[in-house]
Amino acid sequence: MGPNLWANFGEAVSMILFCIGFANLLLHKNLIKKIIGLNIMDSSIYLFLALKGYIAGHTVPIVVDGVQSVDAYINPIPSGLVLTGIVVSVSVTALMLSLTIRLYRRYQTLDLDEISKRLKKEGL
Amino acid sequence: MTLFQIILLIFLVICAVSVSFSKNLVRSIMEFMAFSLIMSIIWLTLESPDLGITEAAVGAGVTSILFFVTLKKIHAIREGNKNEEADK
Amino acid sequence: MKKLTNKLLNWLNAEDTSVFDNAMELKMQEPKEEKEETVEQRMRDRLHIKDEVYSESETKEVKVLRIIYRTLAIILCAFIAYNLLIAVSWLPRTGEFDKPVNNEVSARYIEKGLQETGAVNIVTGMILDYRAFDTFGESNVLNIATITVLILLRRNKKKLPNEIEEKENDRLLEPKNDVILQKAATFLVPAIFLFGIYVILNGHLSPGGGFSGGAIIGAGLILYVSAFGFEKTEKFFTEKTQKVISLSALLFYCLAKSYSFFTGANELESHIPLGKAGAILSSGLILPLNICVGLVVAVTMYTFYCMFRKGEF
Repeated sequence: MGPNLWANFGEAVSMILFCIGFANLLLHKNLIKKIIGLNIMDSSIYLFLALKGYIAGHTVPIVVDGVQSVDAYINPIPSGLVLTGIVVSVSVTALMLSLTIRLYRRYQTLDLDEISKRLKKEGL
Repeated sequence: MTLFQIILLIFLVICAVSVSFSKNLVRSIMEFMAFSLIMSIIWLTLESPDLGITEAAVGAGVTSILFFVTLKKIHAIREGNKNEEADK
Repeated sequence: MKKLTNKLLNWLNAEDTSVFDNAMELKMQEPKEEKEETVEQRMRDRLHIKDEVYSESETKEVKVLRIIYRTLAIILCAFIAYNLLIAVSWLPRTGEFDKPVNNEVSARYIEKGLQETGAVNIVTGMILDYRAFDTFGESNVLNIATITVLILLRRNKKKLPNEIEEKENDRLLEPKNDVILQKAATFLVPAIFLFGIYVILNGHLSPGGGFSGGAIIGAGLILYVSAFGFEKTEKFFTEKTQKVISLSALLFYCLAKSYSFFTGANELESHIPLGKAGAILSSGLILPLNICVGLVVAVTMYTFYCMFRKGEF
């Protein structure tokens, strides 16, 4: 274990959330819980990225009073990357939910084991 | 990391754990909404207000509404608090 | 002698078919008649065997396999978590200043951002001027997601054989004039629209921008549909509206920002006026691009909701 574990508390929590989301994805049988697990994994990675740009003591990157030195603002680049990511994550969730609705209409169940059994019986 | 941020991060972990341990589907989606709301406050303490507004509008708004509408389409919300599709 | 050798050769080669004359009879066979009961019995046996092979609750091996799978999954997640925590502990401290992340790129954006883009909000100036291509790709992703949801959830005119009928048709069940919701919506919806338009237009002066404002307007439209029903919104928002708005916004974005490919390669100056910093009509092309992105996001959110509720516009 390196020296910075308690100083990097945010990153450690982000990694724990990633593993909780991954365990959600592996262990549950209900499809909706798997989709929630994927969303939790997404959010944890955005938290990790945004923590990379945080500098203690500096402020929001909006130019005030003409102050434009590097000592006054946080790093703006990770913030821009995460902004795109949040909106993409909502469209991925919408796509997965519409696939779930189609699966339910066809098989009348949400249990993934049942669906794979019926697929095998039909010979796919 | 101030004490406020540490408390919020621990609350995030509690929300994520309780999502996977609850048997009711409606309750787990409510906890997911709370997760998204706390995330939005954390963006604000990390000095990026753009992310805070977007996460509040999108995560605790549109995504949770889509989850609820999906639950209605698969007939998992019944009157009288009975649930049928809430298998673990 | 010749007859004998011919006979021997014939017997060796087995070409003599006269041996079989009058020795065997070939009769026409009657078609085999099956009774219906045997046919049904055979079908039932087949289904029974399939159930036995694929059934899960009775075989012991499946239960053991399930226990092994779950313990292995938990061990794998714990192992991944341990490794990632070790990696996190060797990273530089959060909140330090001289990390490799804060290099000369962010220094350039902070120091020269206001002069080169004209936007007071450095993040908006970055995503809509220095890195406008990424924002264009992201709007395209939203458009493609809308098209895919349209393909998957559109109501089919003819019934497929295996699907249940939607007995609870959302169109028939939907009216329910809820007085509380309607009274609240008459106050809230104009306020939400005004706030969303304010956030979009002030993207380069204060926190906000195209994505946030578009999501707020989309949420306002969803509230309007839930309170007042689908017939009122169909007067101004049909399928054609969605296609026209998103396609024209994306085309405008693409055509308006393509000048930078040309001027960047040949090191020319683009003569778009930057205006005075702090005014609304400033910063060149950032205001129209914000409006385009906001429109695409709002229309996408509303389309998702409508497709999920109704199956058609």
